[in-house]
Amino acid sequence: MKKNWPLWEVFVRSKNGLEHRHFGSLHAADADMALENARDVYTRRSEGVSIWVVPSKHITASNPEHHGELFEPAQDKVYRHPTFYNLPDEVKHM
Amino acid sequence: MDNSLYNYILGISDNTLILGQRLSELCGHGPNLETDIACTNIALDLLGQTRSYYQYVAKLSEGQSTEDDIAFLRTEREYKNILLVEQPNTNFGYVIIRQFFYDVFHLLLLRELQNSKDETLAAIAKKGIKEVSYHQRFSSDWVKRLGDGTKTSHNKIQEAVDDLWKFTDELFYLTEDDKSAVISGIGVDVSLLKSSYYQIVEEVLQEATLTIPELKWFRKGGKEGIHSEHMGYLLSDLQYMQRTYPNMKW
Repeated sequence: MKKNWPLWEVFVRSKNGLEHRHFGSLHAADADMALENARDVYTRRSEGVSIWVVPSKHITASNPEHHGELFEPAQDKVYRHPTFYNLPDEVKHM
Repeated sequence: MDNSLYNYILGISDNTLILGQRLSELCGHGPNLETDIACTNIALDLLGQTRSYYQYVAKLSEGQSTEDDIAFLRTEREYKNILLVEQPNTNFGYVIIRQFFYDVFHLLLLRELQNSKDETLAAIAKKGIKEVSYHQRFSSDWVKRLGDGTKTSHNKIQEAVDDLWKFTDELFYLTEDDKSAVISGIGVDVSLLKSSYYQIVEEVLQEATLTIPELKWFRKGGKEGIHSEHMGYLLSDLQYMQRTYPNMKW
């Protein structure tokens, strides 16, 4: 697999006002090609208004083995979630 | 029925049909997933444009033919596409050069055609401009990548340039029907696009470190229905379903 182009992660903003969301990954020789490929692979049914591409090697991922210490302590602390507020209907995208 | 206008439109839309068919052959066979999808997208754009033209032509025929008849049931001599677009997918270099040579022309053509006196043609052209701008970006990018890439990629794409160059002059040939479409303000005088065409093509080839062959003799004939030997094979693929199961519908 050494001959493969490097892997890129693709983020697409589906609508103005929304954040970029991870759509998937693809292979490309450089950033320009990654953008063109992302356009063809992920947005050909007009799914987006903006595309970001990032070399996958620049993403540092958390280790699944550390799941316990990273995430579990939050579970019994309900006060960390804003669940005690009533959201007005006008607030969207929360 | 206005035969001359009918033929003029086929002279444009048979190119998009045949090039679309050639690119469709790559579906699932592209060099990698990303370029495979890109070529298939371009094929779909071209076939979409073809449908708009053929639907219009079918309307002009006053019920004598449908868009499917026009696409699938003509004989080889009745197709008016240029020789360039029927050339085979010899390798990815050929696919890209064929595409590039056509895209540059296609964009120049549509930019003029959007001012046509014929409102339907003008609307189809206008709609196609965005698509074709992208096609040209895609193919020029690849010309530069392959030309200015490795020694192997350079040699392969140079071979494609040397081989396909002889088909470029036909782009600017006018048939009698083309000439009458130009006179009536409907058609584009493609012979006037020639200098802009070669200027754009030469710029890109130069940036790609590719050389332009010095040719004095160019091939033509497709626009008059005289095709290369590849055309018969292409049509037998394209027409197979309609010939074997007449009137079959999806």
